Amino acid sequence: MTKFLVFLVVIMMSIMLFVSTGGLPALFDPDSPAATHVSPRYIEKSHAETGSPNFVTAVLADYRGYDTLGETTVIFTAGLATFLMLLTFRKTQSQREEEEK
Amino acid sequence: MNKEYDSIILSTAYRYFIPFIMIYGVYVLMNGEYSPGGGFQAGALLGIAIVLDKLVWGEKAILNISGATALILAGIGTFIYALIGVLTMVFKGNYLAYGVFPLAMTEVERHALGILGIEIGVTICVMATIIVIFDSLTRREE
Repeated sequence: MTKFLVFLVVIMMSIMLFVSTGGLPALFDPDSPAATHVSPRYIEKSHAETGSPNFVTAVLADYRGYDTLGETTVIFTAGLATFLMLLTFRKTQSQREEEEK
Repeated sequence: MNKEYDSIILSTAYRYFIPFIMIYGVYVLMNGEYSPGGGFQAGALLGIAIVLDKLVWGEKAILNISGATALILAGIGTFIYALIGVLTMVFKGNYLAYGVFPLAMTEVERHALGILGIEIGVTICVMATIIVIFDSLTRREE
């Protein structure tokens, strides 16, 4: 019974995705909403507004600076987590050795 | 780490490689506004230079940054980034809107300076994180 329900959900989800895919704008369409919303502003004004001739840097560091702050925090957290995990592991191992003695 | 990977070829070759890798890292950071590159890539290059130094020379490495020190450095890097954001708020602008710094420059130049500032923060954070992970994985029990 559960298998049948799961199968039904998968079929319905597939139909939904196939139907909604037809409504998406064509690939590389210059009139698609994604290409007409903020992209023209970045292309036309990023050099004048940020002084950077590189769109990628202008968007990464200036328009979406808050996003990049989050990315940096993620990297810092990864380093912190690695350090703390391996530190704890070492401590428990040395504690075990002490208990054996 | 002990000098496990040491040999005369490695010691001689990396003595010449490491300065060039580090200079290239700084170049990628400073030129990130004009060419592909920026803080993350520059941090990876600088981190790799220090990891190579530690791999070849072990305890005797000139740039022997321990994991705890590197963790502090990573925190400082993230702090520089956030501090620049807070400074823009102190000068009554939006968070990370670099145009409000009271410097004798055009607004565009202030933006370029702000971008360079946060890229330096990102570079320090990425470099130190690579050293932290390398040091945590290779350090031996004393």
